[in-house]
This record gives sequence, structure tokens and C-alpha cells, in this order.
Amino acid sequence: MQEGILVAPHSESQPAATAVAAPFLRIQHIVKKFDDVAAVNDVTLDIQQGEIFALLGSSGCGKSTLLRLLAGFEVPTSGNILLAGQDIGGLAPYERPINMMFQSYALFPHLTVWDNIAFGLRRDGLPKPQIEERVSQMLDLVQLTAYAKRKPHQLSGGQQQRVALARSLAKRPKLLLLDEPLGALDANMRQRTQLELVDIIHQVGVTCVMVTHDQEEAMTMATRIGVMSEGKILQIGAPAEIYETPNCRFVADFIGSVNLFQGVVEVDAPDHVVISSPQCRHYVSHGITGTLGMGVHVAVRPEKMVIQHTPPLESERESPAEVGCNVVQGVIENLAYLGSLTTYHVRLDGGSVVKVTHTNAARHTLTPLSAGDRVFVWWCGSDVVVLTR
Amino acid sequence: MTSTPFKSHSLFDRLTVSWGRRAVIGVPMVFLLLVFLLPFLVVFKISLSEMDGVAFKDVATWSNGWVHFQLHVDNYLSLAQDALYFETYLSSVKFAALTTAICLLLAYPFAYFLARSPADRRPALLMLVMLPFWTSFLLRVYAWKMLLADAGVFNNLAMAYGLISEPVKMMNTPFSMVLGMVYTYLPFMILPLYANLVKMDLRLLEAALDLGATPWQAFWRITVPLSRSGIAAGSVLVFIPCVGEFVIPELLGGPQTLMIGRVLWDEFFSNNDWPMAATVAVVMVLLIIVPVALFSKSRAEGRAEGRV
Repeated sequence: MQEGILVAPHSESQPAATAVAAPFLRIQHIVKKFDDVAAVNDVTLDIQQGEIFALLGSSGCGKSTLLRLLAGFEVPTSGNILLAGQDIGGLAPYERPINMMFQSYALFPHLTVWDNIAFGLRRDGLPKPQIEERVSQMLDLVQLTAYAKRKPHQLSGGQQQRVALARSLAKRPKLLLLDEPLGALDANMRQRTQLELVDIIHQVGVTCVMVTHDQEEAMTMATRIGVMSEGKILQIGAPAEIYETPNCRFVADFIGSVNLFQGVVEVDAPDHVVISSPQCRHYVSHGITGTLGMGVHVAVRPEKMVIQHTPPLESERESPAEVGCNVVQGVIENLAYLGSLTTYHVRLDGGSVVKVTHTNAARHTLTPLSAGDRVFVWWCGSDVVVLTR
Repeated sequence: MTSTPFKSHSLFDRLTVSWGRRAVIGVPMVFLLLVFLLPFLVVFKISLSEMDGVAFKDVATWSNGWVHFQLHVDNYLSLAQDALYFETYLSSVKFAALTTAICLLLAYPFAYFLARSPADRRPALLMLVMLPFWTSFLLRVYAWKMLLADAGVFNNLAMAYGLISEPVKMMNTPFSMVLGMVYTYLPFMILPLYANLVKMDLRLLEAALDLGATPWQAFWRITVPLSRSGIAAGSVLVFIPCVGEFVIPELLGGPQTLMIGRVLWDEFFSNNDWPMAATVAVVMVLLIIVPVALFSKSRAEGRAEGRV
């Protein structure tokens, strides 16, 4: 809550909230090696109570291993895991106040929905009336009361997913782990279920760490995202922060798509920089942490670019200083009309290709662009991110 | 709309598929009919006939244009009245059940660790299970005779090291016979159990641990129930041949190990009373059908739950 006030809009570091409240889950310098190969390489991460934190990365980036370390299925090579101030590193999976919703659910095929949900409660030796009450609460929560006596294979994918959720929430864990929670559902089901799942998690108020390779899923569900690659967390931040202020080329490229221009810093002023690249001169209307002559990448999102037949008018530019900068010329190589937007691939005169998306706000344009047209592509100096790594 | 052309296709398909299906099912059916049902009916017929000197009479005779049936149920009656047969059946079932239980106890941990061992080591371990089949069964049973005899390897060794002062009687006891049967039939228990356990989804165990089950609880609550069909298959494969086992009781058994296989042998070859022997055989088949029916039922239930 305090984060919004304390954190500068373009801060790349962790939220200052860490100083305000002790984090609920602290992962400190965790390393996990398999045969000398580090699957998780020195990860440090703080997660606040009530957060939904998404670990996002492609397969093999170590996100699942990190989740399994939290669940207790893997023992860290080094490092600590603290949950609510307690070191849980030495606890077996069945001793941890953590429950997991498994990828493709791992429901017990020989038990009914009711018995699946009651499984964990029974292991705790809860009295029978209490188990019955809790299970019916859970069935209510996921709206499966009518299916209590069914076996898992008699349920649809979406219903199985809800049973898995109910089973993992039944013991009221301090921490809920979700491993690709919607990976087994088809695309249609997924969108609906994403919000449903977030709704239930908020109702219960449980802190949640999820693992996914689907950026849309992470951005829809999570309050914060950690982008992982090769066992390391590259950037942590809210979805908008990760998208609008990526801190490196990998993150910029992994989340959404991006046009990268390689260039050299030519002017380095506190309020603006000029970067020259083979394609054009870039005027960036904010300062960067770089030095004169440094090699950098200028990242521009396709939807932040304007594509048109004529060169941009001076009056259209953000500042007079941008005239002659932030504009490239080329030929439309191909375009894809996707309904709400159109994607253009423009072959620049220098030979490289930029991707531009245009929102189809009007039904008919006076000057429709078609393949083979010679076009100007330009953008604003404030919409640019300069990446130094 | 698109379903119409498919439908006309599927009628054709259904006809050809059903023919193919019938042929595939039909071949083993005909085979079973010829080598199981027909001989069984012959045996059943013999069991209903009467001894006439050294041969037995035909059940149906043809004279004066009439077919005469002479059904002789005395064998079944004497079987029911003679306590010896009843006791032999009981004892056979008892020994077979004991053998099955011991096999299960030995095979389950073995199959479990076999299934959980690294995938590249499993073929070699499976090979070890099947290795005994490469030598003659009779030879292996004879080897046990050598090992267990009063002046056999075990007794000699134990006496040489002063563990015992005089030979322990092991041969021709229930011990030696059950040992022989367990030894012989153990692979038949291990293999179906292994086939079942190796297919198990290990994430189910992780899920159980995650929900607070200790490894031991996870084993009893998840692994064992899910391997039920493997336990049933292995038990049937051991139990059925054990009930009718003849060679092992003959070679390793003794006066205390009454087995129906030996009674059968005696009736056929010593007493030359084929009808009585056939009766004993028919009742034995019925005795075996019951566990098979139970097994099929458990299999069918397993399949209904999405696991075989």
C-alpha cells in the first residue's frame, strides 16, 4: 500500500516497502545445484503477506525448482527460506504450512472429490465434524458441492482444477503454491478461470507464489512478477513496471514484443540523451545511468510507434528537439490484420525490420496502408527505454 | 452440418470395424473353445460315467435307435462324503494362500524398489528376476532338495560351524514345499506388481506429502490402493497354479502336505479310476473360478477408475 507513495515511477530496485514491514516470505541467497549445474542460482526474494507473486520464465529457467524448494521437495544447496520469521529450510514437505496446487492437479484417482479435499485435514487428525465442516466450506467456495461424490476422472478439466484448488486451500496454508495453475486448460477456459482463481485467493486471503510461462497469465493474476532466466531473477516488479520499464534486453524481449536499436550514447544530459544508431538518431527525453560513448540498446514497443505515409509534422512531435530524431523510413513487408489491431513488419532502408502495431480505432481509414507502401515510422522520446544490459 | 458426410462414413466404418473386431476377438475365443472348453467338457463327461472293469462306460450309448444316457453322479457324492477329498482341497487352498501371501510380502518391496530404481538400471534388475526361467524348472526344484536334505548343504554348513548339533529336518515338510512354491512363483508376483508400480504418477505421492502425509502414510493411502489391480493380478497368477501344483509337492512335500494335484495323480495313474479323477478335476476348476471372478471384478472396477 505504501509502495505507490514511496517508490519513484521508474525505480528499478525493489519496493521500499521492505523497510516498512518485515516480509512474510524471505528467500535468501538460495542456490540449488543438480550435478554442479545451478538450476536456481543465488535467488533473493521478499514476498509480502497477501501478495500473489508470479515467477515468470521459459521452461528450464529454474522457476519450478524454486517452487519445489518452497514446497520442500528439493533441498537447497545453500541459502535460507524464512516463512513468517521461521526458517523452514530443514522441514519435510509434510511439516510445512505450505500447500501446492500441482501442474495438471495430481488429484488422487481412487478417492472422491470429497475425500481428496479431506485428505490433508485427515492427516492433521482433525475431529470428524470439523473435517466435514471445512470440506463443505471448500466445496462451497469452488462451487462443487454437487460433485462431492464423483471421482476425479468424472470431472471436466475446469472442475478438476477447482478440486485441486480446494484441496490445497483446505488446510488453510500460510503460503499457497501454484504450479502452472491453468496450464492444463484450453485457451477459452483459461481467461475466465484466471480471474475466478484470483477472486478465490483474495477471498481466502492467502499469500501465493505461482509459476508460469504464460506472461498474460502472470500479468492478469499477479500483484508482482519476478522474471527468471537461467536460474536468476532478472527483474521484480508490478506488471506495468516490468512491461514499461524493463531493466534488460531479456526482460524487454520476453514480456511482450519490442524493437531494439543498438546504438552509442552521443549526448548525455541529466534530462535527455541522444543515441545514434545505424537506423536513426534517438532523442530520449529522460536521463539514463550511462556514460558518453557507451554502447546501449534503445527499446521501443510496437504499439508506441506511429506508422504513416508522410513524415511526421513538427507540431506532432513531443518537443522541437525531437525533429529529425526518432523516425525511420522503410517499406511495409507484410501486415497482419488481427481485428482490434494490425501488425506491420516494416523493412527499413538499412535492412533491419521493425514491428509496428496500430489500433484499429476507426472502421475505415482514409489512407489505408498496404504491403509494399513506403512509410515513415516514428515515436516519442518519452516512450523509449534505454537498456544498458 | 459437417457431421452428415461423416455419418455415412461411420456406418461403413462400423461394419468393417465390427468385422475386424470380431475376428480379433474370435481367434482367441475359438482357441479357448478348442483347448479349454472342449477338453473340460470331455473331462466333465468322464466324471459322470461309471467304471466298468479297467475302462469306463460311455455316458451316452446307442442301441435300438435310442440314445441311452447313464449319468453317474456317485463320484460327486463320494467326493462330498469322503472327508479326505474335502481336507485335501482345503489343504491345497491353504498352502496356495500361504504361498501367495509370502510371495506378496516378498515381491511388493522388491517390485517397489525395482520400479523406483533409475530407469537405466531397471532392465538389468528385471533380467535378474527372469533369470531362473533360463534353467529347467525341475532342475531348480531338485537343487532345493540338495540344499534342504538332512545331509544337505544347509545342514552340513550349519553343523560345520557348530550352529546345530544334529541335522534339522527340512525336506518333505510343509516348510520345504512352501519354500519351493514361493521360490518358483515369486516372479509371477513381481512382474505384474512392477508393471503396475512403474506406471504410477509420482506426483501423487508428492501431493500426499504436501498435504501432510508422512512417507509411510502416503504409501498406505496412495501407493497401495493404486496398486490394487497389480496385487490382484499377481495373487491370481500365483494362487491358481499353486492350488493344482503337483511337481513341487511331489518332490519337496511330505506326508503333511496334502495337495489335490497328488490326489488327482493317484486317481488317474495308481487307482486308474478316471471318472473319480475327472470329478476331482472338475471340482478343482470350480474352486479356481471363484478367485478369478473376484479378480476380474477388481480389474473392472480399477478400469472404471481410469487405471488398469
